[in-house]
Amino acid sequence: MAFKKIINDPYQVVDEMVEGIVLAHDDILKFANNNKRAVVRKDAPIKDKVGILIGGGSGHEPAFLGYVGKGLADGAAIGNVFASPSPDPIVEATKAINGGKGVVYMYGNYAGDIMNFDMAAEMCSMEDIPVKTVLVTDDIASAPLDKKKERRGVAGDFYVFKVAGAAAEKGMEIDEVCRLAEKANDMTISMGVALGPCSLPHTLEPSFVLEDDEMEIGLGIHGEAGVRKGKLRTADDITVELMEKILNEMDRSKKVSVLVNGLGSTPLMELYIMYRKVHEILGKNNIEIHSSFVGEYVTSLEMNGASITVIKLDDELQPLLEEETLCSMFRV
Amino acid sequence: MKKNLTTEEFIKILYIICDDIEKNKDYFSELDRATGDGDHGVTMSIGWTAVKEKLDTLSSDLTFDKICMQVASSFLSAVGASAGPLYATALMRGGAKLKDLKSSNALQIADFFEAAANGIKERGKAELGDKTMLDVWIPAAETIKKTSIGQEDIIEILKQGALKAKQAMESTKDMLSKKGRSSKLGERSRGHIDPGAASSAMIINTFFEAIENLDNI
Repeated sequence: MAFKKIINDPYQVVDEMVEGIVLAHDDILKFANNNKRAVVRKDAPIKDKVGILIGGGSGHEPAFLGYVGKGLADGAAIGNVFASPSPDPIVEATKAINGGKGVVYMYGNYAGDIMNFDMAAEMCSMEDIPVKTVLVTDDIASAPLDKKKERRGVAGDFYVFKVAGAAAEKGMEIDEVCRLAEKANDMTISMGVALGPCSLPHTLEPSFVLEDDEMEIGLGIHGEAGVRKGKLRTADDITVELMEKILNEMDRSKKVSVLVNGLGSTPLMELYIMYRKVHEILGKNNIEIHSSFVGEYVTSLEMNGASITVIKLDDELQPLLEEETLCSMFRV
Repeated sequence: MKKNLTTEEFIKILYIICDDIEKNKDYFSELDRATGDGDHGVTMSIGWTAVKEKLDTLSSDLTFDKICMQVASSFLSAVGASAGPLYATALMRGGAKLKDLKSSNALQIADFFEAAANGIKERGKAELGDKTMLDVWIPAAETIKKTSIGQEDIIEILKQGALKAKQAMESTKDMLSKKGRSSKLGERSRGHIDPGAASSAMIINTFFEAIENLDNI
């Protein structure tokens, strides 16, 4: 299968994309100190507000810079395709969003991101900007529950960033924002399925190989191999398998929010067919659906596939999820 | 026999490493597709292209540590990723061992590699046997260090280092990944050479071959 892309130069895709996004949404976004890989809220820095800085590789749009806006992130540091940003844009964005109450770094749990964000945090602490970090670790497929901290971050980013963003917007102090973000992460679980690969613009090679009638359960958002390859089955069967894993970790929670996320080239039609089944399964288990999101929130270029994310809600998390959000690529 | 390496020669070697990375980028990406996200060749190409651009603008009177610092910063800024902090830290720590020098001997070159390897260990927090670039850097640096005792010829110590690096790279094939994205693969990570180990072995080998051929460059 040949990959076709609407691009100019593969080595310019990220810069040209970011430029386009900032031009398209100049009512919400601006560059931090002219750094082309550091995008922040137009009204940053906001005095006496904890700053939320998210980031990661490109290719996951609308993650991460689509999440920048009121009630969510104050800034995003943007890396090359599937590669962590370097410390430079992280430091620039940190300075641009520091309202005097410190900055929380939030990103998926990947070795490269940790090294770059940690280096940036060291540099910022030398300039007296307190920085704390909360990692997102929601992907069931990547490690067992007793090793939750080792799991990689996937579409659960959405809920964890949302909770932290709302807490910061309400004026909470940095320790409280981090506590709530950690709690949201503990409550968030995801499981995905892939039907077809994506390709890096530079190589145009498939990121993994699946036969025409195959699917892979638990595949990562960079094409990392999953837990099981098998014959492609119906939407209902796939949804049952994913939800089984998720329900295993549901303990006694009675209320959730659900995200059915498309990985890049799966039509909304298919995502809603999956959602229909998710709704039925949760109903049968007497679990109330507080809210639902269906669409593309964390993608993997043109990968064909989807993931289901569930966040268990309590009286503390629910109101934060309900807070208004105004970012460039979606509304909550 | 080569007893001293000058900064001028060091810069020539860095240029050759840039070219070799470019030639091998597809191979590195192919290795990475087996166990990771397939971008190691792309990352290395972007990084060393930035290094090349930086080398073009370096003033000729810089000492080793200054060259390393500048090269490391351009590499890191261009790539981020995992390779960015790891290679940049290696270069900066290695360079710090050659502070204020414009010429170095075999013992100092051995110190350079030792510090580079330790820098990677510290930054990446990997252990030997985790199937990472560290599995090349530590044994190669140890071999270079050991060979440098009573051996003044830089070519000879790097030759031994490059041989060791190649063996060490091959040995990552049988290892089980315990670090980075490939660690989630468990048993399925076996049977593939680690891409970071491959690019590291190539760099060390190119360093050796370039020194051996310096007169012809």
